[in-house]
Amino acid sequence: MNIEKNQNGSELVVKVIGRVDTVTAPELESQVKESLEGITNLELNLEELEYISSAGLRVILSLQKIMSKQGRLIITNVNETVQDIFEVTGFSEILTIE
Amino acid sequence: MKIKEITVDAVISNISVVSDFVNEFLENDGCPLKTIMKIDIVIDEIFGNICKYAYENKCGKAEIIVGIDEDSNYVSLTFKDSGIKFDPLEHKRPDVSLSAEEREIGGLGIFIVEKIMDEIDYKYQDGKNVLSILKRW
Repeated sequence: MNIEKNQNGSELVVKVIGRVDTVTAPELESQVKESLEGITNLELNLEELEYISSAGLRVILSLQKIMSKQGRLIITNVNETVQDIFEVTGFSEILTIE
Repeated sequence: MKIKEITVDAVISNISVVSDFVNEFLENDGCPLKTIMKIDIVIDEIFGNICKYAYENKCGKAEIIVGIDEDSNYVSLTFKDSGIKFDPLEHKRPDVSLSAEEREIGGLGIFIVEKIMDEIDYKYQDGKNVLSILKRW
């Protein structure tokens, strides 16, 4: 997994590349959380995310909880495999996916 | 039906070893990429759980048996460990209708596996947890 962060004022775009699983999810969590101070708009661009397991969903849920207090989280460019996972878990209902 | 198996130490760093082994076998036998992706998620969930919980702080082994039937278009995947007896299918299901604030973090792995696979079966046999999964394509 690789992460590209792009901050513009209070807006942060995080591009997640590769696989978010048991091994890589903790890194995604720490990398994003360390950059959240003062951020009101967080975008997770999942265009190049191959797949996500429950470990990754836990990170997204945790980010959603933080951002619902300080602004908003939007998820963009979700592929079919990831969308399937979001749908069966009900995450598509609680996340803002564009 | 072709079958191959691997036995590894149940440690998180071996998730990629198991995935690579299973992927190579399935790719060579014409399994669709979309199915392989889902199998990878299952390996992460199930093998990951064995690593984290089956042997507590001790080191133990896990066996993974993968099978493919190209004529009937299905993959079978079996996980065996000699750790604490644990039936993941008896575990309480997460409430997927709750809002983000109400959701608890965790408990989703086995739920995802049940949703994206076609059949799943647990038994305790010869001192081992045996979890068998089947996915058609």
